[in-house]
Amino acid sequence: MNIINLDHISYKPLLPEVKEAMIEAINSDLHNPSSQHKAGEKSAELLAQARENVAALVNAADAREIVFTSGGTESVNHAVKGAAWANREKGNHIVTTNIEHNSVIRSVKRLTSQGFKVTSLSVNESGRVDPKEVADAITDKTILVSVMHSNNETGTIQPIEEIGAITREKKVLFHCDAVDSVGVVPMDVNALNVDLLSFASNPFYGPTGAGGLYVRRGTRIFPLLDGGVQEHNKRGGTENLIGIIGMAKAAQMAAANMDERRAHLEDLKQYLADELPKHLDDYIINTNLEHSLPNLLNISLKYIEGESVMLMLDEENVAVSTKSACATGSLRASHVLLSLGLSHADAQGTLVLAWGVDNTRADIDKLLSALSGVVKTLRSMSPLYKK
Amino acid sequence: MYNEVVMDHFKNPRNVGVIEDADGVGEVGNPLCGDMMTIYLKIDENDQRINDIKFQTFGCGSAIAVSSMLTEMARGKTLDEARKITNKDVAKALEGLPKNKLHCSNLGADALHMAIQNYDDKKAGIVRPKAEREEKHEHGEGETCYCPYCDVELGEKTTFCEACQRELTEEH
Repeated sequence: MNIINLDHISYKPLLPEVKEAMIEAINSDLHNPSSQHKAGEKSAELLAQARENVAALVNAADAREIVFTSGGTESVNHAVKGAAWANREKGNHIVTTNIEHNSVIRSVKRLTSQGFKVTSLSVNESGRVDPKEVADAITDKTILVSVMHSNNETGTIQPIEEIGAITREKKVLFHCDAVDSVGVVPMDVNALNVDLLSFASNPFYGPTGAGGLYVRRGTRIFPLLDGGVQEHNKRGGTENLIGIIGMAKAAQMAAANMDERRAHLEDLKQYLADELPKHLDDYIINTNLEHSLPNLLNISLKYIEGESVMLMLDEENVAVSTKSACATGSLRASHVLLSLGLSHADAQGTLVLAWGVDNTRADIDKLLSALSGVVKTLRSMSPLYKK
Repeated sequence: MYNEVVMDHFKNPRNVGVIEDADGVGEVGNPLCGDMMTIYLKIDENDQRINDIKFQTFGCGSAIAVSSMLTEMARGKTLDEARKITNKDVAKALEGLPKNKLHCSNLGADALHMAIQNYDDKKAGIVRPKAEREEKHEHGEGETCYCPYCDVELGEKTTFCEACQRELTEEH
């Protein structure tokens, strides 16, 4: 069965070259990189090489600024909690936004129970944070600003460079959750003026269970995982070398093919945006088309609910993701969509369409023809649809 | 995610539509997730039986399957019999729903009971303001208590779910 994957935000298939690199690593029975004998040293070399490759993807000046983690969630938890704990004597105030991923929101919430205060900024109707509001929110107690690079539901990209200039001037640490951006769009930690940058391997076709945190040299941060002196004393625990090798291969390929991939992804985005009105009416585009990822579009289909749409598309072998309240474990409307000013009813009909390098225009055609039928069926049974 | 019975009623919902000259209409909205359901009844005056029943639903797969099953269960029943259809009956007929979707079955039975109430009110000449519907969180004595939102097991007196960060106002 040929399933069209337009749910690349949930999972991206590993590239064949990444699989090969990982299988080779498994078959090599790599020893612990901390061991001082020959077998350990070989692993340490591979680890150092992987660190160079990953550092290059975010343009880190020094590979030692990369801390390997178990993925985006750990990176974010480490950045937010680790920076807050390490700088507690300087202040207790954190500035963030209402549209962050739950890994930021809940980390910050956890910190409030330890005496930290939080200012959470709204986004404007185009889904972006106003850098001036960030500047105004910073007080002499502020120790950390955390703003995401691109939103995982809408794909909208935030003005990180402008915010970085402000935090640099005000001498406040700046963490950027760039999990859905790194490896997809060019990333330069120095141009952005970030001190901490979280990323994960799967968004650029590496394995899940591997991620990284960029920590600018001199940044005060505590480990999240206390233990050995691995990762330059920033993360205890023997490294997940097989995952790290897979991530490094994926990073190398993402850097080498970035322009070509982006052009293809942008083409599909433009094609989808152009074709949508020919197949559907009464929908809202929640993505800021000017400032957003090339591989994602978030739409709300009015009068119907997203899980129903997702299930019916699944019957047609088209995989998508929804952010309707019904489909989430917590049964709450997405905080991101509500922050954009969507009503609960409109938020219910939200689909996240995310494509990858393996998708084609024909896949978009298949999606649209299936979607127009599904929407017609569901609207015909909706008490809200009066046409 | 859903069993075969639920998927069958979701993919091929029975009794979808509107009865223009309905004798009773019940409309409920779900305060949790924003789902909505409307039930239309056509009643046989002589033997107080549901002759025809149709539904319209704005909601997830579970909400649509519940609506469909409920209408199948209520069709042909007397009003007294239909009043006795409970949320649990609908969920049972569907051979079970995921725990955090059980609230969808509340929606169905409530809509049916409201439609019957609407029929009774019309006959008696009573006009009622739209009633606010509250989410019920039912479970028997000694049963394990789960968060109605996210399915996580809860302690007896909890009023906050740590897992999904929701305030729990329901009685436990």
